[in-house]
Amino acid sequence: MADYDKIDTNVYLSRYPFRRLPGDEPAELVGKLRRGGVERAWAGSFDALLHRDLATVNRRLSDDCRRFGNGLLVPFGSVNPAMPDWQEELRRCHEDYRMPGIRLLPGYHGYKLGDKAFVDILGAATRRRMIVQIVVSSEDERTQHPMVRPVDVSVAAGVDPIRSTPGARVQLLNHNHRTPADLAKKLMAAGEVYVDIAMVENTHGLDTLVKAIPPERVAFGSYYPFYYWESAALKVKEAALLGPQELAIFRGNARRLMGDGR
Amino acid sequence: MRIWDLHCHPSTFGSEDPLKAMTDVVRTADRMGVERMCIYLGSLRHYDPNPVDLEDHNNWILRAMKPFPDRVFGFAYLNPNYLQKSLAEIDRCVRDGPMTGVKLWVAKRCNAPELDPIVEKCAGLKAVIFQHTWIKTTGNLGGESTPMELAELASRHPNVPIICGHTGGTWEIGIRAIRANKNVSIDLAGSDPSNGFTEMAYRELGPERIIYGSDSGGRSMGSQLAKVHGAEIPEGAKPLIFAENLRRMMLPILQAKGIRA
Ligand SMILES: [Zn+2]
Repeated sequence: MADYDKIDTNVYLSRYPFRRLPGDEPAELVGKLRRGGVERAWAGSFDALLHRDLATVNRRLSDDCRRFGNGLLVPFGSVNPAMPDWQEELRRCHEDYRMPGIRLLPGYHGYKLGDKAFVDILGAATRRRMIVQIVVSSEDERTQHPMVRPVDVSVAAGVDPIRSTPGARVQLLNHNHRTPADLAKKLMAAGEVYVDIAMVENTHGLDTLVKAIPPERVAFGSYYPFYYWESAALKVKEAALLGPQELAIFRGNARRLMGDGR
Repeated sequence: MRIWDLHCHPSTFGSEDPLKAMTDVVRTADRMGVERMCIYLGSLRHYDPNPVDLEDHNNWILRAMKPFPDRVFGFAYLNPNYLQKSLAEIDRCVRDGPMTGVKLWVAKRCNAPELDPIVEKCAGLKAVIFQHTWIKTTGNLGGESTPMELAELASRHPNVPIICGHTGGTWEIGIRAIRANKNVSIDLAGSDPSNGFTEMAYRELGPERIIYGSDSGGRSMGSQLAKVHGAEIPEGAKPLIFAENLRRMMLPILQAKGIRA
């Protein structure tokens, strides 16, 4: 598994609100990713789930990505389009911190993909040529903390906004069994939409997925450190894909989504 | 490293046919380095199976096992709501048949007195007792046990080994619930590959009460293997979790049946 230089599109820094995780110190996280053969990791911040002051969340994220990993960590800040003056947060992510994309958390931030808030931020980020990652789920609803129960994002409502935003580049993170293949295909037909594999489950989950949707839209993502990093890598092994397809998932597809060789 | 999978459902691999399903299971297990699998539940998914359904389930597993005597261990599906039939299925499938354990699912909460004769009968045969448990934030099914209820049952039979299926899913509570019951081991299978699960289990229960399982095909073998391969625990504990703890538990019944292990 270490033979490929991988791009991991789904990692987090800082603290999950409900437990400490092995690997939630950035130096440890970087070590783990390197041992797995990861050359780039697109990193969000767990603080963005519940903190309201996203400006400092994004600043810390940017600082940590610069301080640790020698360029391994690529920051994806979080912006909440349901909050006042989100445009300034987006501007800082883009202009001050040079982030290539943002990570949206509609489940925690309380809006839907059919809402004007999403349409607006998708348009604004696309005009800045930023990738928009949408976190579909953060935890199995059956194990959520009983006092904090965000619902999984319904992605069906995203089809129209994506279709009407030419040039949008979108990745669904932790997309799961709630997005059936025909809906995923519809999303991918609406624009440049990718998914990651962190929450793809079942014994034939990944090999079925790459047969059901365009395989060039599937990118490696581990959801580390919330999940064991090995989960995503072992799922690729289990799927027994052809060499070129495996390489595309580990690296090629994420590179194309990033677009500029970063 | 030798890997035994405590928790596998061939009927969820996409074929209703036991032989086709098992061929797929074995191919996937080979790929992932899994040597032996415990299999249970036939192609029906009855939460509260009647006596006829129970037999159908177990016959499906008997057919699936047959060509793979050195590869899989079958467990008999029981329903405490039909106690006499359950005891008869233990006789048919375990005492007089090739199976080596029992699976209790979601028909009845496991602190009920109907479980006592089942546990006693299994103990006499040294059969593995596997009880599904969950603690669901969204609410358990009516007959779906929690690890706390399993601890009640285990306290009534302190010398009988019992397995806490899924560790309750919400493992931070599940591990605590059975911590004091030294006869209870936990099953790692069938929850998200949440980082820290195996580490907490190791810390609170030690290396000898943790058993690897996948819950495949409803889960990826890879995502579940990651819970041990990726765990930050001493490397020496991993062979115990992956195979030796289950093997130690099963050896008496395997030897009695002449199964090599
Ligand atoms: Zn199961």
